[in-house]
Amino acid sequence: MITEKQIAETVKKLCIKANTILRPDVKKALCKACAFEKNKNARFILGALVENYKIAEKESTPICQDTGITVVFAEIGQQAKIKGDIGKSINNGVAAGYEEGFLRKSVVNDPLSRKNTNTNTPAVIYYDFVPGKKVKLTILPKGFGSENKSKLYMLNPTASMEEVKKSVINAIKEAGPDACPPYMLGVGIGGDAGKATFLAKKALTYKIGFWGESANYKTLAKELYKRGNRLNIGPLGARGKTTLLGVNILSFPTHIAGLPVAVNISCHVLRSASATL
Amino acid sequence: MKTVHFPTSKEELKSLKAGEIVYLSGRIITGRDQAHKRLTETLKAGKKLPVELKGQAIYYVGPTPCKKGEIIGACGPTTSRRMDAFTPSLLKQGLTAMIGKGNRSEEVRIAIKKEKAVYFSTLGGAAAYLKKRVLAAKIIAYKDLGPEAVYELEIKEFPAIVWIDSRGKSL
Repeated sequence: MITEKQIAETVKKLCIKANTILRPDVKKALCKACAFEKNKNARFILGALVENYKIAEKESTPICQDTGITVVFAEIGQQAKIKGDIGKSINNGVAAGYEEGFLRKSVVNDPLSRKNTNTNTPAVIYYDFVPGKKVKLTILPKGFGSENKSKLYMLNPTASMEEVKKSVINAIKEAGPDACPPYMLGVGIGGDAGKATFLAKKALTYKIGFWGESANYKTLAKELYKRGNRLNIGPLGARGKTTLLGVNILSFPTHIAGLPVAVNISCHVLRSASATL
Repeated sequence: MKTVHFPTSKEELKSLKAGEIVYLSGRIITGRDQAHKRLTETLKAGKKLPVELKGQAIYYVGPTPCKKGEIIGACGPTTSRRMDAFTPSLLKQGLTAMIGKGNRSEEVRIAIKKEKAVYFSTLGGAAAYLKKRVLAAKIIAYKDLGPEAVYELEIKEFPAIVWIDSRGKSL
């Protein structure tokens, strides 16, 4: 039996971990970029970004001051036995994590009247039902510098592969230096408008180097990665070869009349943490 | 690497060129979305500002809460573009420099050129790194805004790219 307390405690720990300890794949990608980059200013900046995550981990300080809106992916096993209210428990965990972890509370109660809730709740929770009896919780604190650069393109079903690629590249160009490059791109292709943006966000929880689920999508992701890195935006816009850390694509069947392409950009502080109960 | 000490005169900022990386040190103030909105509303109403902008550098930041014994929480820059609509009127008050991250609007670039100010882009997302370079912090206005309150900071060697120089040249 999974209790409310267990869920809240797990979420609390994941919030603190995700915000203070950078994911191993992101650390690796930053170090690799640092070794590969030729541009002097870009190298200096990448070096500082590596030092930044080291300081954050050592001192248990947030890697970035924008500790995000808390996005939670709750994958619930069909046979899981949960006692109590899972949504309430997740939000209790987020509130406790942001308080105890000295994380910034950035959530306002209403998008128009805008009063800070002072707890960073409510979290944005995506529930999914999966086979089995376990519950997997993934926390993705999403800063809004990069979230504001999200894009949805509702392409025609007859769109060429080049149009698909150009849409994604256009999203990177429009973000330019503003959303803290080098970026990690989450791309969602197919479904409806909502599903595509959901998949784009979820793709960020997959490791850098996942690329896609099938050979076709892996090839597409790698091509986008190469083209993105030729844009010469560079770390924090200082130019150079490192504009992207990676590209992950998730896809879903879609309607005969459309081809949704969603892009969710993450800054270089790509944070997430998971646990299974 | 060159170090710019704040507060500084517009005369001293003249030598900076878009694209170079410099260190920023000294005394600056902070302000982001809500503070900018309030400052411009106060100016529009013809009232006195709660902070002096003449000769100042403003840093776009909303730090994380401070642990006991710490000077400040994690404190990297926020996206400068959101401040664009408010910036020209603050520049008219004698603001000499802005510190944030990313591009600015064409209107801001023109206003910077006109007022001979400078816009710096510091290390976005390097909030723990920059926190270590803050020597003192105190709230000087809009305390009710929480992380968006206006602070006075004493900083030491914030690395920054000169993004728009006093001649209006942008990276």
